[in-house]
Amino acid sequence: MGMTMTQKILAAHAGLPEVHAGDLIEANLDIVLGNDVTTPVAISVFEKAGFTKVFDPEKIVIALDHYTPCKDIKSAELCKTARDFARKHKITHLYDVGTVGIEHALLPEQGLVGPGDCVIGADSHTCTYGALGAFSTGVGSTDMAAGMASGQNWFKVPSAIKVELVGKPGSCISGKDVILHLIGEIGVDGALYQSLEFTGEGVANLSIDDRFTIANMAIEAGGKNGIFPVDDVAKDYIQGRFQREPVIYEADPDAEYTRTATIDLSKLEPTVSLPHLPSNTKTVSEAVGMPIQQVVIGSCTNGRISDLRIAASILNGKKIADGVRCIVIPATQEIYLQALQEGLVEDFIHAGCAVSTPTCGPCLGGHMGVMAAGERAVTTTNRNFVGRMGDTKSEVILASPAVAAASALAGCIADPREL
Amino acid sequence: MFKGKVWKYGDNVDTDVIIPARYLNSPDPKDLASHCMEDIDKSFAYAVQQGDIMVGGWNFGCGSSREHAPIAIQASGISCVIAASFARIFYRNSINIGFPILECPQAAEAIKSGDIVSVDTASGKIVDETTGETFEAKAFPPFIDNIINKGGLLPYLKEKLG
Repeated sequence: MGMTMTQKILAAHAGLPEVHAGDLIEANLDIVLGNDVTTPVAISVFEKAGFTKVFDPEKIVIALDHYTPCKDIKSAELCKTARDFARKHKITHLYDVGTVGIEHALLPEQGLVGPGDCVIGADSHTCTYGALGAFSTGVGSTDMAAGMASGQNWFKVPSAIKVELVGKPGSCISGKDVILHLIGEIGVDGALYQSLEFTGEGVANLSIDDRFTIANMAIEAGGKNGIFPVDDVAKDYIQGRFQREPVIYEADPDAEYTRTATIDLSKLEPTVSLPHLPSNTKTVSEAVGMPIQQVVIGSCTNGRISDLRIAASILNGKKIADGVRCIVIPATQEIYLQALQEGLVEDFIHAGCAVSTPTCGPCLGGHMGVMAAGERAVTTTNRNFVGRMGDTKSEVILASPAVAAASALAGCIADPREL
Repeated sequence: MFKGKVWKYGDNVDTDVIIPARYLNSPDPKDLASHCMEDIDKSFAYAVQQGDIMVGGWNFGCGSSREHAPIAIQASGISCVIAASFARIFYRNSINIGFPILECPQAAEAIKSGDIVSVDTASGKIVDETTGETFEAKAFPPFIDNIINKGGLLPYLKEKLG
C-alpha cells in the first residue's frame, strides 16, 4: 500500500522506509515554533524538567504576535519571559515588536519553512505551511518544550481525506470560500486526527495565498494538517526565500484515503460561517442584510497582500457605513510596507478604516477590537466560537476579504458581486 | 481510581470556552482555574469540588492549541474528563501533562450532570454509581500509556535522553 504526502514526510523524518496510518512514531523536527501565549508555558515546563540546553538555537522560532504591542502588564511579563529565554539560549529567530508579524504569515515569508519540512508549532494554525508541501501541525506548550529539548516529538501517523479540487474559481471567490465550504460539508470534526490532502487540476487555479488560507483552517475541520502538492506556484513562492534545500514529495498513486471530497471551484459561492461554529456555513446570499458593527480584515488566515488588495479594490474611493468600525491588520511588516507602497493603506484610511501594526489582536478577543454584548462582526479570521472576539453575547461571522469589505460599505452582510 | 460528581457539557466544547483568551495573559494554573468554563457555565469555577469528573460530547477541546485548557480543568480540581471524542491537540496536551482523559461515546451519552461516577483509568472501567450502569473506555496504546505513567512527556523524555 502506498503512502500519502504526509505519511512520506513523517516516514522520512522518523528514519523509516514506510509508515502506516495509526503507527506511533518519533520524528525529527525541522522547526519548533511558539508565540507569546504558548512559549512562556513551554519555558516553564522545559526548565522544571531540568533541561538547560535547546537542541538547536537556529531551529526554534519565537514570534511574539498575540498580545503585542503588549496590551497590559501581564502580557508584557509573558513577552519578557520569552524574550529573556530566547537571548539566554541564543535563539536566532526571535521576532519582537518591529520585526514580528503574525507567525503563520511570517514563517513562510521569511523562508523559515518549506517543502518536505516537519514542523510543530504551539499554535493550532501551524497547519498553514502545508500550502508549501510541508507537514506542519499545531501542538501544545509541553510539545514545544519537548521539541526544543530534543528536536523530536511523537506523532500518530494520520489517515487522510483526499480533497479533489476541480475547475476555476469565479469572480470574488478565494481560498476562504473553498475552506469554509469544505468545513461546512464535513463538519468541525470531519477530519479529526486526519490529514486533508488537496489535489486535482483545480490546485493550479489557486494562488499561494489562497492555499495558505485553506491549509490554515484544516484545524477548523479537526484536521492534523492540510497539505498541497508542490507545483510551480509553490516553487516560485519559495524562490529567494527558503534557504534550505526543498524536498518535494508526491503521494503514491495507490495511497490510501478514507474518503474523497470533490470541490468544483467554478460552482462555489462566496461563503460565510454564522455563529458559533465554523461549520455553520451559508452562501452569502442567504446571509445578506444581517446588521454588523465591526469588520476585521487580517489574521493568519487572511492578512496577506492579496487579501489586502482585494479589500482595497472594494473600499477604494468609498466610505464605510456609519456605525461600522473596520479594522485592517496587515499580517507582517513586509506586507504592511507593500500595502503602503501600493497605496492600499491610503485607500483604507480614506475609506474610514483603522490600520494596525501586525498582531493577532482581535481574532482571539485579545485586543485591538474586542466587542461588547450585542455586537456583531464580519471578519476574515478563523473562529466564531462563543466569546471569541469579546463578550459571550457578541457574534462573529467568518468570511473572505471580499465579503468583509463589501459588508463594511453596506453596514450589513453584503455580496461583493453586487457592488 | 477516581470518584466524583459529574459536570456535563455538550458537543464541540472549544478551548475558548474552557479558558477564554482574555485570561491567557496569565500562565498561573490557579488564575486559569478561577475562570474555567465561565463563558458557558458561571457556576463551575466556584462550585467544582476536588475529584469531580467532567463529561463532554463529541470533539471535546476543539479549537486553539492552548495547553492552558487542560491545565485550567486540572487545576480546578477535575480528576478526569470523559468524552465521546477529543479534538487532537487537546488529546495530546492532556497526555503530555499527565492528565487522565477517557474516550467512551456510550458513557458520554448516558451519564448525566450530577451523577456520581467512578473511573478506573488503568482498566478504562467507568461506573455510573447513580444509575448502576458500567462502561468500558478505549485503552491507550502502550506507547501513550508509558508517557502517562512517567508523569507526562517531559519526564518521559528526560528518562529517554538520560
